[in-house]
Amino acid sequence: MEKSSKLGLILDGIVKNNPTFVLVLGMCPTLGTTTSALNGFGMGVATMCVLNLSNIAISAVARFIPDKVRIPSYIVIIATFVTLVQFLLQAYVPSLYETLGLFIPLIVVNCIVLGRAEAFANKHSVIDSACDGLGTGLGFTIALTAVGLVREILGSGSAFGWHFMKGDGMLAFVLAPGAFLVLGYLMVLFRKLTDKA
Amino acid sequence: MVYFLILFSAVFVNNVVLAQFLGICPFLGVSKRVNTAVGMSAAVMFVMALATLATYLLQNYVLVPLHLEFLQTISFILVIAALVQMVEIVIKKISPPLYQALGIFLPLITTNCVVLGVAIQVVANEFGFINNVDAMGNVTHMMNLAQAVVFAVCNALGYGVALILFSGIREQLELSDVPRPFQGVPIALITAGIMAMAFMGFSGMV
Repeated sequence: MEKSSKLGLILDGIVKNNPTFVLVLGMCPTLGTTTSALNGFGMGVATMCVLNLSNIAISAVARFIPDKVRIPSYIVIIATFVTLVQFLLQAYVPSLYETLGLFIPLIVVNCIVLGRAEAFANKHSVIDSACDGLGTGLGFTIALTAVGLVREILGSGSAFGWHFMKGDGMLAFVLAPGAFLVLGYLMVLFRKLTDKA
Repeated sequence: MVYFLILFSAVFVNNVVLAQFLGICPFLGVSKRVNTAVGMSAAVMFVMALATLATYLLQNYVLVPLHLEFLQTISFILVIAALVQMVEIVIKKISPPLYQALGIFLPLITTNCVVLGVAIQVVANEFGFINNVDAMGNVTHMMNLAQAVVFAVCNALGYGVALILFSGIREQLELSDVPRPFQGVPIALITAGIMAMAFMGFSGMV
């Protein structure tokens, strides 16, 4: 894995080290924001932006940060980008901002972002870190969209906002229990599929 | 009465883990044994009460008067990180047995979104069952300082209830024969889903 290509780095984050299905990181937004496919997608993209920007910034400044204060410094860098994304969403997509609510400031404590900073960005070049951020972010976005899509289909009988069914679906899938169940079963499916390959 | 409503709403109706999805990582991570679950819940309660106290004061006496609300996320997370560090040092000094019991959980709490999540909710949300009168004489649904701290403690209690119940189930799960792809996290998530369904019975009560 030492000499992996840029594309390899991106693919690695999507399949082999998928943050949601394999590493089981960042569970709170995965469960909390995936009431529909679009919400999951929005959260995924917001996290991906923060992850990419923080990976780039941290890999650029990592050698100037003393080892002992690195975690607080990373948190400040991440929090800055989160605030930025928060205001951009509030200004340009207020409806998404309203639905995601609390989970946007909580990107700060998303273990994926700090995890990639600590495990990858602080020892790799800026370009590699950007690729890693893109791959991990895409993996996260795909996972969130998938969970959101399944919950939306079962829970409200629609997909990406398009109603293909009359009436409502099973409400439980939009509410809390459905989040846990859908994520659990999707994780089983992902394991089953990647096991064979 | 209002404190009872806060307690009931935080522990059962809007349980942080099972209804709001906060703090799922430690919920899945440290719930394999009942005694570690108890230790983690105690540490969370301690930090959350202090953190909510500190961030409430910070928001209302520093950020709002100076119109620096946009620094909320950054300043809250820094306060929480510093607080956790300080609590760790103080406990180590004054009570080594308590440090032995809570020590390993404390660093984990900084990245536990329950603490930041509750701190933000307290200063940002309005609660329908709260009717305080502010300095101008208007009725407000925001919490006052005492209510905020009680709210934090009750949320931590709710976290503890969910975590300890869940760890009891997981101890049993280890002895059962689970199909291979389900082993570990997936079966835990499905169990949590069924627990969340049970907790849904409380919804709409407050």
